[in-house]
Amino acid sequence: MTRTIEFKAGIMALYILLPFFILSQKSQNPPEGIRLNLNHFVGDKLLVLDDTTYVNELNQPYIVTKFNYYIGQIYLLKDNGKEYSIPNHFLISEDKIETKKIVLEKIPSGTYTSIRFILGVDSLHNCSGAQSGALDPINAMFWTWNTGYIFLKLEGKSTFSSAIGNTLEYHIGGYKMPNNSIRTITLPFENPILIEKKRMTEINIKADISEILKSPSTIDFRTTPTVNTLLNAKMIADNYSDIFTIIGINGIKY
Amino acid sequence: MKSRSILLFSLFIVCSILLSVMNDENPYFKISKKDVKLIIPKNFPAPFYSFKNNQITPEGFVLGRELFYENLLSRDNSVSCGSCHQRISAFAHIDHTLSHGIYGRIGNRNIPSLQNLIWNNSFMWDGGVTSLEMQPLAPINNPLEMDETIGEIVGKLQNSVKYRNLFKDAFGDTLINSERILKVMTQFVGLMISNNSKYDKYIAGKAVFTPEEKHGLELFRTNCASCHTEPLFTNNSFRNNGLAPDSTLHDIGREKITTKASDKYLYKVPTLRNIEMTYPYMHDGRYRKLKDVLNFYGTAEQHTSSADPFVKEISPLDFTEKTDLILFLLTLTDKEFLFDRRFADPNTK
Repeated sequence: MTRTIEFKAGIMALYILLPFFILSQKSQNPPEGIRLNLNHFVGDKLLVLDDTTYVNELNQPYIVTKFNYYIGQIYLLKDNGKEYSIPNHFLISEDKIETKKIVLEKIPSGTYTSIRFILGVDSLHNCSGAQSGALDPINAMFWTWNTGYIFLKLEGKSTFSSAIGNTLEYHIGGYKMPNNSIRTITLPFENPILIEKKRMTEINIKADISEILKSPSTIDFRTTPTVNTLLNAKMIADNYSDIFTIIGINGIKY
Repeated sequence: MKSRSILLFSLFIVCSILLSVMNDENPYFKISKKDVKLIIPKNFPAPFYSFKNNQITPEGFVLGRELFYENLLSRDNSVSCGSCHQRISAFAHIDHTLSHGIYGRIGNRNIPSLQNLIWNNSFMWDGGVTSLEMQPLAPINNPLEMDETIGEIVGKLQNSVKYRNLFKDAFGDTLINSERILKVMTQFVGLMISNNSKYDKYIAGKAVFTPEEKHGLELFRTNCASCHTEPLFTNNSFRNNGLAPDSTLHDIGREKITTKASDKYLYKVPTLRNIEMTYPYMHDGRYRKLKDVLNFYGTAEQHTSSADPFVKEISPLDFTEKTDLILFLLTLTDKEFLFDRRFADPNTK
C-alpha cells in the first residue's frame, strides 16, 4: 500500500519537474565563436591578489592588490587578408572572474591567422561623452580632471616604495599625442584557426604583469612608486606593449 | 435667483483656490516644451555640443535641474553644484576668490561662470575636461570640492523615491545610471544661454550705446578682443595673461594637463559676459574690481616676461579710457539670463 503511494508521488514529481528539464535543455544553444581566456601571470606564476609576494628585476619584493585594463578594437585576421572587427571595449579585472572570459560571437566562417587589439580605449570613445557598460565612469577607470579613460591600473605594495603607505600605483591613460598610451597588440596563431558554425574556439592568452615593470624601462619602486598622470605614462605603456602571448588554443598548449 | 448665482460663483472661487493650493505645481518652476527649445542666437557660431544624442525634454531638464541643486552629489550631502554656481552670478560665486568645498575645504581656483557652455570645446581653467557631459564628474571627484564618486551617487539616488519617479518621468523607467545622470545635467546646463544683454541688443540694432559705451567698445576691440572675441567674448584658447604666479597655490595651469613646459601658467580665456556679476576676477580670484583688472592689463611693468604677446601689446589706458571700457563691459550684463526662472533652485518653492 505505502509502496503504491510512494510510486504515485514519484510519478507526480517527475510529471511536475519534466517541463523544466525540457525547457532547460532547449535554452542551451551550442556555443559558437571564439572565447578569449585572459590568464594573468607574474612571470611564470599565476597572479594571486594580495597574498603572494613577487620580485621585480631589481629584486624588490611586491604584492599586487589590483589589476584592471581595457582592450578594444579587436580584429581577427583571415588567411585571405580580410579582417573581422569587434567594435566593443572590454574591461578586464583580476578580481572579477567573469570579465576574464571574452566571448566573440557571430564570427564569419573561415580560416583565421591572427588576432589584433588595442590595450586602451580608442580616441573616439575617449571623447564620446557619457557612456554605459564597460565605459561607464562608475568603473573608476576614468580621469575626471583630464578627460579620458585610465587604460590600465596596476596597484600593489612594496617595502621599497617611497610613497605613503608603501603603495605602488600605476594608472596609465592618455590618448592624445604626444602622450598617447594606447598600444596595439598583434598575436599570430601558431596554426591557423578554422571558425565554423556550432563550434567554440578557445584561445588562452597570458598577460604577464612583470613585463609592465621592465623592458624597455626597469621600474625602480624607490624612485617610481606611482605613475598616475600623463607624466611617465608613455614609459609604462611602452613596457606593457608586450605583456600578451598566446599560450594555448583549444586545449593545445604552446 | 441672483443670490443663488452669487453662491455658485463664490463656491467656484473657493474651489479654484482650494485646487490651486492642493496642487503644489508652482507655475514659476513649471517647465514646458517651449521652455526647453534650443534656440541658437543668430550671431553665434554653430555650437560644439549639439544635443544630437541627448534630446532635451521638459522632464529631462527638470531632472537635470533637481540634480544640479542636489546636495546628495557631495560626500557628506552638504553641497550641490548650485551651492557654488549661483544663478545671480551667472553661475559663478560672488565674492569667493577660491572655490569652497565640503568640510570648509578651499580649492585652488576661482569658480568659473556657467553660460554658453555648448560653445566651449574644453572646460575648467586648464581645459582638462573636453566633454560637457563628463564635466560634472570633475568637481564631484575633486577632494577639495564635493569629494564623491559617481558610484556612490547612483546608489544614493536609487534609494530615493523622488528620484526613481523623476527618472521614470524622464526616461520611461526607473533605471538610474551615470549616463542618464550626466545627460540630463547636460540638458540643464546646456540651455544656460546668455544673449540678451544691452550689447546684444545694440548689435541687433535694438538699443543705443552712449558715447562712453561706444568708446569703450572701440577700446575693447583694439585691446581685448584678440582673446575675448565677440560674440562669445572668448576664443576658447589658453593664454599666459602675465599675472605673477601665486606662491602659495603651486598652480602650473595647463601644463598639468598637457605636460608641456610651454603650457606653464596658461589658462583658458574666460568669457566676459555678465562680468559685472562674476567678481572676483582672474583664475585665482585675486582682483575684486574691474578697475583692478584694467590697471593690471594696462600697466606693462606688472606683466611677467612670459606674458602673451597680445597682453604685451595692450596700450596704456588713462582714467577716462578705463572708465569707458568698464561702462562697455557693464553692457554685457544680461538680466533676462540672471533672473531666468527656468534655472532657479526648485528647492525654494
